[in-house]
Amino acid sequence: MDFIFIAQQSFSAALGVNTIIFALAAIGLNMHFGYTGLLNFGQAGFLAVGAYSVATLVVSFNFPLWAALLAGILNSVILALLLGLPTLRLRADYLAIVTIAAAEIIRQIARSATFNKYLGGSDGITGKFGKDFFDLNPFKDGLDTPFLRYNGNDLWVVVTGWALVIVVLFVMWLLVRSPWGRVLKAIREDEEAVRSLGKNVYLYKMQSLIIGGIVGSFAGFVYALSRQSVQPDNYGTALTFFAYTVLILGGAARVFAPIAGSIIFWFLLVFIEQMLRQAVGAGYIPEWLIGVNQVGQIRFMLVGLGLMMLMIFRPQGIFGDRKELALDARA
Amino acid sequence: MPAPSQNTSRRDIALAALAGITPTPGVSKPDPIIVADHVVRKFGGLTAVNVSHLEIQRGAITALIGPNGAGKTTFFNLLTGFDQVDEGSWSFNGVKISGTPPHKVARMGMVRTFQLTKALYRLTVIDNMRLAATKQKGESILRAALPFLWNDQEKAATARSEELLTRFKLIDKRDDFAAALSGGQRKLLEMARALMVEPELVMLDEPMAGVNPALKQSLLGHIKDLREDGMTVLFVEHDMDMVRDISDWVIVMAQGVIVAEGPPNIVMRDKAVIDAYLGAHHDSTLEQDRG
Ligand SMILES: Nc1ncnc2c1ncn2[C@@H]1O[C@H](COP(=O)(O)OP(=O)(O)O)[C@@H](O)[C@H]1O
Ligand SMILES: [Mg+2]
Repeated sequence: MDFIFIAQQSFSAALGVNTIIFALAAIGLNMHFGYTGLLNFGQAGFLAVGAYSVATLVVSFNFPLWAALLAGILNSVILALLLGLPTLRLRADYLAIVTIAAAEIIRQIARSATFNKYLGGSDGITGKFGKDFFDLNPFKDGLDTPFLRYNGNDLWVVVTGWALVIVVLFVMWLLVRSPWGRVLKAIREDEEAVRSLGKNVYLYKMQSLIIGGIVGSFAGFVYALSRQSVQPDNYGTALTFFAYTVLILGGAARVFAPIAGSIIFWFLLVFIEQMLRQAVGAGYIPEWLIGVNQVGQIRFMLVGLGLMMLMIFRPQGIFGDRKELALDARA
Repeated sequence: MPAPSQNTSRRDIALAALAGITPTPGVSKPDPIIVADHVVRKFGGLTAVNVSHLEIQRGAITALIGPNGAGKTTFFNLLTGFDQVDEGSWSFNGVKISGTPPHKVARMGMVRTFQLTKALYRLTVIDNMRLAATKQKGESILRAALPFLWNDQEKAATARSEELLTRFKLIDKRDDFAAALSGGQRKLLEMARALMVEPELVMLDEPMAGVNPALKQSLLGHIKDLREDGMTVLFVEHDMDMVRDISDWVIVMAQGVIVAEGPPNIVMRDKAVIDAYLGAHHDSTLEQDRG
């Protein structure tokens, strides 16, 4: 077995494009769920809005990339308002239902034949809409070391993506430790108590939804630009649940949890896949037990199993505080 | 434990103001902070609250008593904007506030606590307090990320929080999660937190429920102190000894209607009250921590 290769693949994934996408998606969810207690099950919708804004506006409407990015942010704000206005005055479960439905509606609209001309139907949009971005790439040669290996474009996405993650995280950190963040956490604990103390809970929940949604659209930007294509089925419910997985793996309501969770998640996924692939290839695992074509599915099963163990033995996530979690049971 | 004789001045003023008033339901008061008219709330076929006229005297401690299900909590919810009336209106300091959302009611200076304590469990005790400070610049999303804009105000809020925590003997718990407090301490915290809002009127829904006798005494002292600090107190309570001890005026509710009001010694001898309330109450005293 080629352990150098396995390590290279695993570490490259751990710091790679997908890790960035899911870290951003989960940072947004952390604002919603971790700090405010909002059950947003439609984070994929915010990613889709970000990704499609870039692809459609650049390819079909000849927007410059920067303008498309700004429009993407604006669109995610509009989506947050559409979701929040009718639901945030109601009980928490209404938001959950509405967001899960909205994300599906967005995906179906993107797939629909009606808008095929602009959104590309079920094939999505492929094109050079990231040209303005990749023209700026100073690392055209990529990176090839024993531990990390990226081609030129990927390296540029990774470098700028992590820079974005760090900036976003820094702003999040400032926000959640402020009195504003304290109001959000209080809303998570008990809305009515917060109302009784003179705070406009509805306004705060809306702000949280918008900010987390904008960060979700950032994840969509990275998703679209890194692949230079968007496909509707990438923005299904599974994406939202993986983002939740990443968040809970790291530990909700911890500022750094989404990054740690995402790194661990993608490292494990690729590490297990490569190990299995090589073990099957080398004959350590008999063909009748696991075939090469089944590795892709089995890695998810194993990661799922690992997550179950984590929830059993460390339900607070890797960085969470068990004491704090126990308090949730209203002990 | 504060000696009862220590705080007499505001109490004397309140008692003097209420002295000549006929003890009859809906009677007007010399200086009402709350005036309510025809307040009706129905749940399906049940009329939970049906108050034709009620005035709460400023600067006094008024007890609202009545058997379980009389509509006391519902009445609190209505007055503070947590529930919507079917009919009726009321004013606070002469300003009509019926229909005002709860956070605005609180900002106007009318702050309530809840029958089921609402400590914010996964916030520390000090954060529970700081949260309640008013007009905080750092609570605006536009300023939140710029600490230099709100640091001074936050320090002031912290100092005031610590002062109140010391007064309520919770300062040792400053950095504990609120969930780690006992039931009685949570009641204390909720009351202290309400004071951070600097209210004119404090509405306490069963502040003594589930509190052990030792803490009860100090809670009593704190409530009396509120009056001495110039606040008006309206509270719901089942403990008759406590009502007799601290209230300047008692309002009795049964089946949503005000059936009697007056000074404690007179109201509690009222035959109608004993029938409507005390009988039922004695049956329910054992029910300490009902939902
Ligand atoms: N949300 C509600 N839905 C239906 N009935 C309610 C609701 N809230 C209170 N009630 C009913 O209204 C009556 C008054 O209740 P409540 O105000 O809690 O009484 P109290 O606080 O005096 O014990 C009770 O009969 C109660 O069952
Ligand atoms: Mg009640």
